[in-house]
Amino acid sequence: MPSDVEQWKDELYGTDIRAEIERFAEEGWDAIPDDEHDAWFERFKWYGLYHQRAGQESYFMMRIGPPGGVLEPGQFREIVEIADDFSRGPAENPVFGNGWIDVTTRQAIQLHWIRLEDVPEIFDRLESVGLSTVQACGDSWRNIVGCPVAGKDKHEHVDADALATDLHDTFKRNEAHSNLPRKWKVSVTGCDEGCGQGDINDLAFEPAEKEIDGETVTGYNIRVGGGLSRNEPRFARDIDVFATPEQAVDVAGGISALFRDNGDRENRYNARIKFLMDEWGPEKFRETLQEEFVDFELHTAGEDLRESYSYNAGEADGKHDHVGVHGQPDGNYYVGLNVLVGRIGVDEAYDLADAADEYGSGEVRLTQRQNIVFTDVPEENVDNLRSEDVLEHYSPDPHPFQRGSIACTGTEFCSLSIVETKNRQVRYARWLVDNVELPDGVENFHVHLSGCTASCAQPQIADVSLRGMKTRKDGEPVEALDIGLGGGLGEDPQFAAWIAERVPADEVPGAIANLLENFEEARDSETQSFREFVAERDDEELADLIEPEETDYDDPFMHNTKRTWYPYAEEDDLDESPAPARSDGTPIPSDD
Amino acid sequence: MAIALRTLDDGAWISVDDSRRVSVSDVWTLSRGVFCECEPAYVLLEGFFGTGVEGSVVVADTVGQCLECGTRDSIDRLPVGRIVDGEFKAYSPEAVQSTLESDAGRQA
Ligand code: HEM
Ligand code: SF4
Ligand SMILES: [Zn+2]
Repeated sequence: MPSDVEQWKDELYGTDIRAEIERFAEEGWDAIPDDEHDAWFERFKWYGLYHQRAGQESYFMMRIGPPGGVLEPGQFREIVEIADDFSRGPAENPVFGNGWIDVTTRQAIQLHWIRLEDVPEIFDRLESVGLSTVQACGDSWRNIVGCPVAGKDKHEHVDADALATDLHDTFKRNEAHSNLPRKWKVSVTGCDEGCGQGDINDLAFEPAEKEIDGETVTGYNIRVGGGLSRNEPRFARDIDVFATPEQAVDVAGGISALFRDNGDRENRYNARIKFLMDEWGPEKFRETLQEEFVDFELHTAGEDLRESYSYNAGEADGKHDHVGVHGQPDGNYYVGLNVLVGRIGVDEAYDLADAADEYGSGEVRLTQRQNIVFTDVPEENVDNLRSEDVLEHYSPDPHPFQRGSIACTGTEFCSLSIVETKNRQVRYARWLVDNVELPDGVENFHVHLSGCTASCAQPQIADVSLRGMKTRKDGEPVEALDIGLGGGLGEDPQFAAWIAERVPADEVPGAIANLLENFEEARDSETQSFREFVAERDDEELADLIEPEETDYDDPFMHNTKRTWYPYAEEDDLDESPAPARSDGTPIPSDD
Repeated sequence: MAIALRTLDDGAWISVDDSRRVSVSDVWTLSRGVFCECEPAYVLLEGFFGTGVEGSVVVADTVGQCLECGTRDSIDRLPVGRIVDGEFKAYSPEAVQSTLESDAGRQA
């Protein structure tokens, strides 16, 4: 039997949702019939609106997805102004205040505490600068990720930005592809560093070369079926197809249609294409694609560039991220700024928008490591840019512990989360910077924290993977983390192995400190990377190196942050929640 | 009147009559033998895969992990609340549950 979600989608989905959102916004939160909440909140996701968790009813998370993470001049500033005007909650976050933007691991921006009544105005303002929230969540083509410095980088082989934009223009608001069995994540890489992270996406375009009719053509090899969620991580698999730039959109359409028609619509937990790939294997997949979903002869795969992939790779030479000052082919520079856990307060965001305008072209790009990049900075501006106050926090030269930190949304807003994430990761990073010496030669050390197995922070591809859990300590349930080690992308990607389970969250910084000390002592040489070190050892040996312990690190979120309406509110009990609220923020009394 | 019962947001919730009533990622207390040999077992639920009613009891199919011994397993038909006079009353995860419901009368 098709799931409830499938029935709701059958009744009304895609662009038809817009008019309904406008109607509800006009009439107010109460206008959504009580017995239709589930159906409407599912549909709203297609327009990038995700209802926040229990205790925060009537408030929405809003996601804005620019293809390839490219925000053209003016777009970043408009988002900041929208956040300033509309993204304010009933309580403060102790680290980030009230009013901020989140840069996500899929090169999107998330805003929180959005009220339905404000949505039409926000949509209008986004559209006025060429942005939209369409298909940012829901069962369809999500934001298309790719090299964030496409067109600006010396490592580029094929123009990823052109294809990402083509795919965006073709498959957003495209009726034939707007209702898929599940989310559909697409990545386009054009460089030899692998910064599109194709391996963990449903559909990946990767740079390749192929001899066709005696000529060398540059285009894309195709991989399908990657993803990290649900304790079932998969790397995308090579389906032995090369697409020329001219064919790429048709091949993408064929694969999306194949998924649309063959994905599991009865069981949402089995719906992602990675499970279809498990069942079929790449050969049957290719055969079906060729026979039923494209009307030209597919090329076999070309020569790829994976050997040199370094992004998030843990051991390779080359760039692991885009932080820092880097030359563009045109003689200008791009400047990658570190954003700790992806969150930028509104005031600083204005300063950043100003700096991008003043010293660069005004373009601001978003990376899959939750960072931002200014492009087109002339050489004579680089020093002045670097001396701006706001770059002290958002630094092109951050400490490796800050540079390596990624955290998902967590219990602050996400209903799946088991633990607090962003504030905790900020505290971890600060403590590590103050207390832990990195072993000689270690310049990159990635720690990714996800609140649950959905893995939005991509924990499995970090040096140290942290995943939300609970444990009991001194008889009390407390927030805890599973610790995994040695993950990374690159030519031969590897998921982290889960080595220590249910470590109380306040003992994790001590565990990382001890681990690094043990690594320094036991490694073969100063050139051995942490990932190589982990790969050489079995789980038991590694478990002995972790040694969790309490330190002077203090964790204010050990109690059950999930059972609060907002983990940082003075009165945080669910019963104290001011939600649901009217558009002016006053609580709507419940009927009973 | 029939109640509307479903899992939501990829298993984050059991929704009862369009209101999110039972949340995943909580620790439930189960007596020995029901899930593992710990007494009692504190089991973190990691996702709801299905829900149904047995008589007046609302049950959930879920996956959990024992915080003590680390056993990870699926749990069929964990009682999560009751329908009283047409109203759903959630069970407290802290109260010790000693039985899982029988197979009888289960709805998909
Ligand atoms: C309220 C619930 C959720 C919140 C707030 C949330 C938040 C996020 C954020 C901020 C990102 C980066 C996203 C982007 O720009 O597209 C993300 C990505 C991701 N989400 Fe979620 N998410 C939620 C639910 C889920 C669920 C239910 C799943 C899986 C069943 C999931 C799996 C993932 C994965 C695997 C990624 C990133 C890794 C990748 O595939 O590239 N999320 N999520
Ligand atoms: S990883 Fe889990 S807790 Fe974190 S945002 Fe994603 S769904 Fe929420
Ligand atoms: Zn046990």
